[in-house]
Amino acid sequence: MINAILSDDLPKSRILSVVLAAILIGLAFAPFLFSGAAAINTAAKICIFIVLVASYDLLLGYTGIVSFAHTMFFGIGGYGIGLAMYSFGPTWGFALIGLLIALAVAVVLAFLIGLLSLRVRAIFYAMITLAVASAVTILATQFSEYTGGEDGRSFRVPEVLRPGFKLIDTPLFGVDITGRIIAYYLVFISALVLFLAALRVVNSPFGRVLQAIRENDMRAEALGYRVVYYRTVANCLAAAMAVLAGAMSAFWLRYTGPDTTLSFAIMLDILLMVVIGGMGTMYGAVVGATLFIVAQNYLQKLMASGAAATEGIPLLPKLLHPDRWLLFLGVLFVLSVYFFPTGIVGRLRARRR
Amino acid sequence: MTIATPGASTNVPADTLPAVRRDFLPILLPIGLAAAALPFIGNPSTWVTLTIAALAMGMMIFVIASGLTLVFGLMDVLNFGHGAFIAVGAYIAMSVLALLSGWMQVDSLGWNLTALGLAVTVAMIGTGLLGWAFERIIVRPVYGQHLKQILITMGGLIVAEQMIHVIWGGDQKAMPLPAGLRGAFIVGDIAFEKFRLLAVVVGLAVFATMVLVLNRTKIGLLIRAGVENSEMVEALGYRIRRLFVGVFVAGSALAGLGGVLWALYRETLTAAIGGDVMVLVFIVIIIGGLGSVGGCFLGAILVALMANYTAFLVPKVALASNILLMVGILMWRPQGLYPVAKR
Repeated sequence: MINAILSDDLPKSRILSVVLAAILIGLAFAPFLFSGAAAINTAAKICIFIVLVASYDLLLGYTGIVSFAHTMFFGIGGYGIGLAMYSFGPTWGFALIGLLIALAVAVVLAFLIGLLSLRVRAIFYAMITLAVASAVTILATQFSEYTGGEDGRSFRVPEVLRPGFKLIDTPLFGVDITGRIIAYYLVFISALVLFLAALRVVNSPFGRVLQAIRENDMRAEALGYRVVYYRTVANCLAAAMAVLAGAMSAFWLRYTGPDTTLSFAIMLDILLMVVIGGMGTMYGAVVGATLFIVAQNYLQKLMASGAAATEGIPLLPKLLHPDRWLLFLGVLFVLSVYFFPTGIVGRLRARRR
Repeated sequence: MTIATPGASTNVPADTLPAVRRDFLPILLPIGLAAAALPFIGNPSTWVTLTIAALAMGMMIFVIASGLTLVFGLMDVLNFGHGAFIAVGAYIAMSVLALLSGWMQVDSLGWNLTALGLAVTVAMIGTGLLGWAFERIIVRPVYGQHLKQILITMGGLIVAEQMIHVIWGGDQKAMPLPAGLRGAFIVGDIAFEKFRLLAVVVGLAVFATMVLVLNRTKIGLLIRAGVENSEMVEALGYRIRRLFVGVFVAGSALAGLGGVLWALYRETLTAAIGGDVMVLVFIVIIIGGLGSVGGCFLGAILVALMANYTAFLVPKVALASNILLMVGILMWRPQGLYPVAKR
């Protein structure tokens, strides 16, 4: 049963299984386990980023494609839902139409970029995607009459998901079941389903071909697989999944804008999450996203107290300034590319053998 | 008795190799672009001003991109951390200029240029050293592995950018032009901004130096030979490694120089300045053909012309127009304007 759900790709490490189970339980019961709006926000962000990072891992870890345009698709999803509901009204129907349009746009765009540049080498592709992604960001901020420019768009969501809505009058386990909680579970269940679907994809024959291409594309071509076709399909799949993550993000934040969906900072975050968690393992996306977002939220507090404690020593307080948390993750990133290229998950799995 | 005249062989010109066919077609592109833009802009003096501004911008982008494309052409390393060198160079220059603020404010071009020259020298030495450390620590273990190169240099970029925040603080800094370089010469109704003229001179000087060093000196010969076949050059007894490190350092120093120019051009400075211009730089080296200095030069001019004309005509799509330019050129020549033969 579990085998079937996980597509025969078990964690294969006792520690990893425990960690994954803890994350799953933590996310599944987040509204009941942790109090406060900040905690549930963190949990929702983790869910969204697990999907986004998993879709990126499909490209980077499984197919060996370095793309810097992944936030572009994330943004298309966010803007698709956001603009549809902003312009036409907060109903499920318009949300669906927005989502479908976003999916179509993203897949066509991914296909075009793929056609243009997947034949070329990794370095070329990375640069082209970087250029295209930044152009889209600029366009999104420039055409402010449609997209809201730098400010983005706040919009309303269907009534069931609003904080004012109450499903039942009596609190359940001491927690009011408001629209926020329903929205959280919408995000959580979508994330779970999408993650399992991604796991299914990478463990299918199709996924095996992708891995063959990653290892040696010449040899895969020689075996009779049309490499460009597989790469393009992988690109489109990853783009579609990123669109869905963007839609989840828009639903949760009730806002869409360049900083939350399109910015290059998010692209860097995704890259860090994939590599630190473990390239080429879907579970790496879970571990990486969770670790990164928890660090983002809680490392800063730790560093603030560290900075206060080291006051007076030159430079050290500045190094420990809460805004410098990315410095430490950057160092961790460089070290992990060197010393454990398969990331935390790969490391845990290797221990078992 | 056959007379093997030694003179016969000296009569033959030294280069008996068939002349390399030069490809002039791409050179027509910027000229064509400029000519095509004229009717849209209408006013010829506006057109001249825009074109000159674009040339200056192009030269600055060229200086930044040349180091990157050189390093790529030689060592097959695409350094995404190049953006950090740009920012570090600009910040170092800013610190030096702050010390020399007296020389910057006097209304004498001589003192201004001295101060600026000192700042640029220190910045280039600083970024050169940083490049050396970068090659040692970050790049050396991943030669030949493109995926890891992209990732690790990206990591280097993050760390370097954060260190700028630690050392210089995160807020936006002003980077004023020295008094003698502000303003413009007016000829008729055409304005030549002084700083842009300086940028054109610097860019042309860098280009000429690079071409001369690569084509007319022994070091250049070894570098080009090393690109073709590094093992052979090594077998002939040259330390190609050391040469490559030298090129990496030179490329980083050029990034520093470009960073100073770019920051002065924008007159403000943030740690993200490198990242902002890197997109243009990538477009330039893709258009030019990865690793080609001449292509990089042409690409920079093309991109700057396109950016300036569209910023004037349809400001909203200025950067996107460069993407279109890139797509168009890649359709025509998938490896860039001047593809480097090996790749």
